[in-house]
Amino acid sequence: MAEAEYVIEMLNITKEFPGIKANDNITVRLKKGEIHALLGENGAGKSTLMSVLFGLYQPESGVIKKDGVEVKINNPNDATALHIGMVHQHFKLVEVFTVLDNIILGVEPNKMGFLQKQGARRKVLELSEKYGLKVDPDAYIENCTVGMQQRTEILKMLYRDNDILIFDEPTAVLTPQEITELMQIMKNLAAEGKSILFITHKLNEIMAVADRVTVLRKGKCIGTVNVKDTNKEELSRMMVGRDVQFEVEKCESHPGEVALKVEDLSVASKNGGKDAVRNVSFDVKKGEIVCIAGIDGNGQTELVYGLTGLERVKSGKIELCGKDITNDAIIKRNKSGMSHIPEDRHKHGLVLDFSLEENMVLERYWEPRFQKNGFIDFKTRREYSDKLIEQYDIRSGQGSITRARSMSGGNQQKAIVAREIDKNPELLIAVQPTRGLDVGAIEYIHKQLVAQRDEGKAVLLVSLELEEVMSVPDRILVMYEGEIVGEVDPKKITVEELGLYMAGAKRDKREEAAE
Amino acid sequence: MLLLLKYTLISAIVLMLVALGGMFSERSGIINIALEGIMVMGALAGIIALNVLPSGTSSFVIITVSVLASAIVGGIYSALLGFASINLKADQTIGGTALNLLATAVAMVIVKNFNGSQSSKLNYNNSPFLFDIGGLSLNVFVVIGLVILVVSYIVLYKTKFGLRLMACGEHPQAADSVGINVYKMRWAGVIISGMLGGLGGFAYVVPAVKTWNFEVGVSGMGFLALAVMIFGQWKPHRIFFAAVFFAVFKSLANISDSTILANLGWSSNIYDMMPFIASMVILAFTSKKSRAPKAEGIPYDKGQR
Repeated sequence: MAEAEYVIEMLNITKEFPGIKANDNITVRLKKGEIHALLGENGAGKSTLMSVLFGLYQPESGVIKKDGVEVKINNPNDATALHIGMVHQHFKLVEVFTVLDNIILGVEPNKMGFLQKQGARRKVLELSEKYGLKVDPDAYIENCTVGMQQRTEILKMLYRDNDILIFDEPTAVLTPQEITELMQIMKNLAAEGKSILFITHKLNEIMAVADRVTVLRKGKCIGTVNVKDTNKEELSRMMVGRDVQFEVEKCESHPGEVALKVEDLSVASKNGGKDAVRNVSFDVKKGEIVCIAGIDGNGQTELVYGLTGLERVKSGKIELCGKDITNDAIIKRNKSGMSHIPEDRHKHGLVLDFSLEENMVLERYWEPRFQKNGFIDFKTRREYSDKLIEQYDIRSGQGSITRARSMSGGNQQKAIVAREIDKNPELLIAVQPTRGLDVGAIEYIHKQLVAQRDEGKAVLLVSLELEEVMSVPDRILVMYEGEIVGEVDPKKITVEELGLYMAGAKRDKREEAAE
Repeated sequence: MLLLLKYTLISAIVLMLVALGGMFSERSGIINIALEGIMVMGALAGIIALNVLPSGTSSFVIITVSVLASAIVGGIYSALLGFASINLKADQTIGGTALNLLATAVAMVIVKNFNGSQSSKLNYNNSPFLFDIGGLSLNVFVVIGLVILVVSYIVLYKTKFGLRLMACGEHPQAADSVGINVYKMRWAGVIISGMLGGLGGFAYVVPAVKTWNFEVGVSGMGFLALAVMIFGQWKPHRIFFAAVFFAVFKSLANISDSTILANLGWSSNIYDMMPFIASMVILAFTSKKSRAPKAEGIPYDKGQR
């Protein structure tokens, strides 16, 4: 039976947006019961392709077949009717509803409009039993862990009897243990005959769980291969188009004197309750990269806000090169030698409607070289900006006069990195500097961080990406619920052990951590 | 004491009806600050209905027709808010404020036209609405209000409609992703809120007096109802208690000149201010803990994901 081999076929799909072909003649075939990975850099067209399958976009050309029959998918309801379900990267759950309410929302069992939840509860419990998806149907989403929220999303699809499941970068928000668990769940689902499309740019996960993988690059389909017959190096070459170094190349660090010293720092939480950062003490020496690791939302953001002056600290002391800067204004901290690559590049990194050159001098326009008697020296500014663009290979439509908003995320990030590093800081605080970037840009930014270190600067890196945490820094501090629960050496620790720290299951003694 | 109970009941029912209206709108994600204006339009429609019905019509018909008129006109007037904030994605607070300003002006124009004179007062007979139980004078709105309270609770928590409505106010993208039409649900929320608001406006003017001057609108009851809604945390049962609480303060003014309170010799202005001062104090203390529907005030745009 030829038609039964593929449950979904997307044939020669082309989708254009103004000025760009997001999908150019792409063909993906999904077999029944397989886990099929979709691999590509950011902007390669993975999400667009899945949005076409889920009915969010209409392709300019190409056909979609379900079980060999051509179908039209005009909106998500059509997709649901064809039993196609999707776990979005950002969960679509109502926080103040229970798990059960979220699962039945949209397909509520009812008698004349009145909810009948008993049957639904039974079905949810059965499904959760069958696939090992542990949830408490009566827990409110806001009290659930990210892992349970994700299981709720998966149950949502199963409750609707979907048999084609799309996972959009499902591991981005999980701890290593939760990732292992998810991989097992995906295998269970496939074993029960569900077909899975799995969007990712993490090669390890593909090697661990997928049967076949289709690689996209710049909107084009590079090829589909069996995972057994390939390896990480080949896949990354297909994805990026050249060889990529996975190992961050660096020599031994030679820490010098203390650049940043933090003592008993506490930062209040925005929504009341427990402080977001509690009595944190650590230091960063010149010539070393220290990484703050942890799961998102454990106080890293607030810690950085406190250090950089975006938020007032509640108590404690911050010293930069021996100078107390605890209550200094942001501009003063900048002048004292602090550079900051912010977590949210749109909110704190760039003025999106300014041109690239204006953004380049945001923190130094007052310096004598950029102004005369209060008037901007446009010529110097242009020269300076052109120099950085050249040096850091920032690609934009019109060079220095490009609006920051119109640039791609990777190039926006490069512009910020260029600006912050060229200030020649004593301390560089980099918060998730590679978030949302592709392999090539990540490699580049890591090189820059190591170069700063080798020049004898102090680097404080905040990261959620395990691979980055393991490969870039010289020292790792793990944050859990606002406290530093461990200090470890990346060369001596395993990912699993790090995961235990991150999940709060393991912690150093208080004295050691404070040391 | 009976007098205090009587006035408290009148105000409590009004505040509760209007606050429940606000709740339906805000639970769907639309801030309805136009309640004040909607009440004026509802009151106007109800009173005009009373005036145009021929004398000799039975009490039941009078009540049914005038109550329906106030609710329907309230619903229609709130459709302006719906159109601006759902279809045009306008700022909901500004849209609501505009409707408040418009309502009193429109009402005066209509009343002056209706009277054929410069007076913006309307007289009416409110006796069909009143009845006594054991010396306590009540009005039909007490009955209507309590029924609506129970129905609101059931609709919000026990039906498919309620679950979907709340989802739209909390996380419209989530609702959309499971095939719920967010625009439709928000329209439903706004229209229900308009109907309850209009009815509440009518319930405010009719039982207490036999003539109404539309120059004063509904003298801040709509805004007080908003405070009741927030104090009631957007939940029907808590809104009921909040309404009773505010109503006690409100009715102190009504009995200030006739009871022991008169002996205190305070200016009646103090009593008039009381509910508003109470609302400020209470909101100052509770607003920190209060939990509004998360997506309220944000126009929903299908394209944004």
